[in-house]
Amino acid sequence: MRGKAWKFRDDVNTDEIIPARYLNTSDPKELARHCMEDIDPQFMEKMSPGDIIVAGKNFGCGSSREHAPVAIKAAGVSCVIAESFARIFYRNAVNIGLPIMEAKEGASKIREGDIIRVEPEEGKIINETTGEEYQVAPFPPFMQAIIAQGGLINYVRARVGESR
Amino acid sequence: MGMTIAEKILAAHAGKARVVPGELITAKVDLVLGNDITAPVAIKEFERLGVETVFDRDRIALVPDHFVPNKDIKAAEQARLMREFARKHQITHYFEVGQMGIEHCLLPEQGLVAPGELIIGADSHTCTYGALGAFATGVGSTDMAAAMATGELWFKVPASMKFIFHGEPKPWVGGKDLILHIIGDIGVDGATYMAMEFAGEGIAALSMDGRFTMCNMAIEAGGKAGIIAPDAKTIAYVKERVDREYEIYESDKDAAYALVKEYDLATIEPLVAFPHKPENTRPISQVGHVPIDQAVIGSCTNGRMEDLRIAAKILEGRKVDPRVRLIVIPGTQAIYLEAMEEGLIKTFIEAGGVVSTPTCGPCLGGYMGILAAGERCVSTTNRNFVGRMGHPQSEVYLANPAVAAASAIAGRLASPEEILG
Repeated sequence: MRGKAWKFRDDVNTDEIIPARYLNTSDPKELARHCMEDIDPQFMEKMSPGDIIVAGKNFGCGSSREHAPVAIKAAGVSCVIAESFARIFYRNAVNIGLPIMEAKEGASKIREGDIIRVEPEEGKIINETTGEEYQVAPFPPFMQAIIAQGGLINYVRARVGESR
Repeated sequence: MGMTIAEKILAAHAGKARVVPGELITAKVDLVLGNDITAPVAIKEFERLGVETVFDRDRIALVPDHFVPNKDIKAAEQARLMREFARKHQITHYFEVGQMGIEHCLLPEQGLVAPGELIIGADSHTCTYGALGAFATGVGSTDMAAAMATGELWFKVPASMKFIFHGEPKPWVGGKDLILHIIGDIGVDGATYMAMEFAGEGIAALSMDGRFTMCNMAIEAGGKAGIIAPDAKTIAYVKERVDREYEIYESDKDAAYALVKEYDLATIEPLVAFPHKPENTRPISQVGHVPIDQAVIGSCTNGRMEDLRIAAKILEGRKVDPRVRLIVIPGTQAIYLEAMEEGLIKTFIEAGGVVSTPTCGPCLGGYMGILAAGERCVSTTNRNFVGRMGHPQSEVYLANPAVAAASAIAGRLASPEEILG
């Protein structure tokens, strides 16, 4: 994963990521068109596929809508790096296969426009613009299993298969 | 070391004698909830799973309440997808328009939640049911799909925080003010990943409706659950509605807490959360001059009988300011009917308000009270985020039903005492 960093503040909520007025559909392409609309109306025009969202504390707070990580993933964002994530968003991102990284130091030091490379297996975030490198904790093994299966649905599918 | 009520419920559902915070468990769930926004996504994921049937058609609740009665064609398609799934799988607890209410008002009223149970819902305000001494938490649609198929889900056992309220509440202070006080104190991420336990004589004094309001907004501090140990009031509430066996749990005296906070109710007055975070609280005496365009009384936070009675007490014999649109939304059909029989609906209409069928509508900027740019709304709902109720340049002020009613009459943020004299 490699792309330009787009910075956001603390407490970005899921209403800002995908406003409820667009929740009368669950089509990822349509949701992506309005990704981050109420916090940065130009976001979708500015960003390029592969870019990375870098945010402060408590990213994804508020509503449980899975439409939020779906919109970000469908928009082409390759990874979200934040100082911390709200609980339901974190879970939803894992479940749908949107790469996320909790990186307190990295998230605060990265500046908008920096080119960021993420090596998830090694838990490494590299700021190519400044040369800085940040180490992050890898996912617990339980979650790695879900990610390795490509999300929760495949994981459950495999488990249901085993028990039959 | 003892266990908290949250840990005991999770341990029991994981088939373990004890669990500790941070532990990852797989637990059996008693009820899986979805609504017309989240269930359609879950249903599509469920169908990808390749399973023929749901784990238990009696343990799934499907409630169209967000954009229903259908607000537009796309919403109608989503509602239909959910309805057809409910029919195909013969889901016992599907609530069609006419039976439906706002999910978190409806499920306790219907006896679908009991103390000691483990409930997941694809809606962040699922934490409401902690008021009954259950462990209830919001999840996403994929989690809902997995739970509909297997009846179980993985959980990380949360650490617990305890919030103790001492003393008697001041006039017009309710559950809404207590939870806003906590959020104002610890912030919107102050309880992230935590179970929030509410205790003390101040909580014991709250009605069940007030307790639902408190637990409802645990998520607004980032909490995984809000929870109140059952007492005589809880048991009386459940007795009228639940006929199955259930377990009463309470926290051990030597249970461990990540944080214990104690508050004196003598210092807490009705609060208003200013835009754009629920943590931006100010006492009603210090709000200054804030004119409003709309007042909303309702939602899963404050759409219950006690809320409507309080609002009616202030609106009785008075008129809403001509510049203000007052929208009252009873949480369920039963609440609507009871409010009608008590004459509350007449009071609202005579005061110049409108009364809507149960819906989440305006709370999330869906329909039934969307704000234009620059408009301000005082609302008994739970979130005042940017654009939450409509235009990104509109503003939402969160308050209890008494403050919302008083403000509707005054045409600006106002305390009940200003109106009642």
